[in-house]
Amino acid sequence: MKSAVLVFPGINRERDMARALKLASGNEAVMVWHAETALPKGTDLVVVPGGFSYGDYLRCGAIAARAPVMDAVRDFAASGGLVLGVCNGFQILCEAGLLPGVLMRNSRLKFICKDVHLRVERSDTPFTRGYNAGQVIRVPVAHGEGNYEADEETVKRLEGEGRVLYRYCSAEGVVDESSNINGAAESIAGIVSERGNVLGMMPHPENHVEDIMGCTDGRGLFAGLVAHLEKAA
Amino acid sequence: MKARVTVTLKSGILDPQGKAIEGALKSLGVDGVASVRQGKVFDIELSGSDKAKAEAALKDAADKLLANTVIENYRVELL
Repeated sequence: MKSAVLVFPGINRERDMARALKLASGNEAVMVWHAETALPKGTDLVVVPGGFSYGDYLRCGAIAARAPVMDAVRDFAASGGLVLGVCNGFQILCEAGLLPGVLMRNSRLKFICKDVHLRVERSDTPFTRGYNAGQVIRVPVAHGEGNYEADEETVKRLEGEGRVLYRYCSAEGVVDESSNINGAAESIAGIVSERGNVLGMMPHPENHVEDIMGCTDGRGLFAGLVAHLEKAA
Repeated sequence: MKARVTVTLKSGILDPQGKAIEGALKSLGVDGVASVRQGKVFDIELSGSDKAKAEAALKDAADKLLANTVIENYRVELL
């Protein structure tokens, strides 16, 4: 799996992401500066990592979404290429119009930095095939604006088309108000594009991939991507 | 030429920051505050003098960057 990790000023999770990608695929990820106008040849996966691009000025992800490299990402996604956006990366993909909706201020106004549980809603996608449907995984979140909102019709469509892949839940897998850490519509933690090749999620699977991190529940996402691409090749 | 673009949240969009400000105003004892919605103001200087062109440019700026039209409305004024 050849991965390209986008780098914007203010991003700070790109190395964690590159490390997780290397661990899963054996290949070094290529860092791609935001001013580039093309992705490296043969890229299988584009990752928009987390952080605080442009200091979250204007709106989270708003300025990064208009960077030159994003046109190349748009073309890549339009041709069916896999794109993963985590945390600020999710915000950037929404602002870029690659995913519907928007990440608003957490409903309780606090920055949340802790481990959360996610329910994997289905296992038949490139981004979840390393898990079982209904499986509960533990991964960290670190965000102040992770409250996913979209108009009622869009949320209905996401649900109807099975495009919600990850949902906040309790350790037992129960989705309710108390486990919905940031007030997101339908406890949404991660969604895919209409074509299913672009995933945006607020939690950080790349931070739970090695024993030293205390948990390896994030591995399944990367292992699943590698398996998907091997099967396609 | 000076201009102002005002960006506000669409009605029906939850505004936790506005709610917090509303609560603070009430706890300060400011009378008669029914509700608060917060937004953004951009003061922009334009180099040309053609008003129609300026309005078109500001609208373009708001659509492309200043506002996220999924959740926000904007108003353009030439001052």
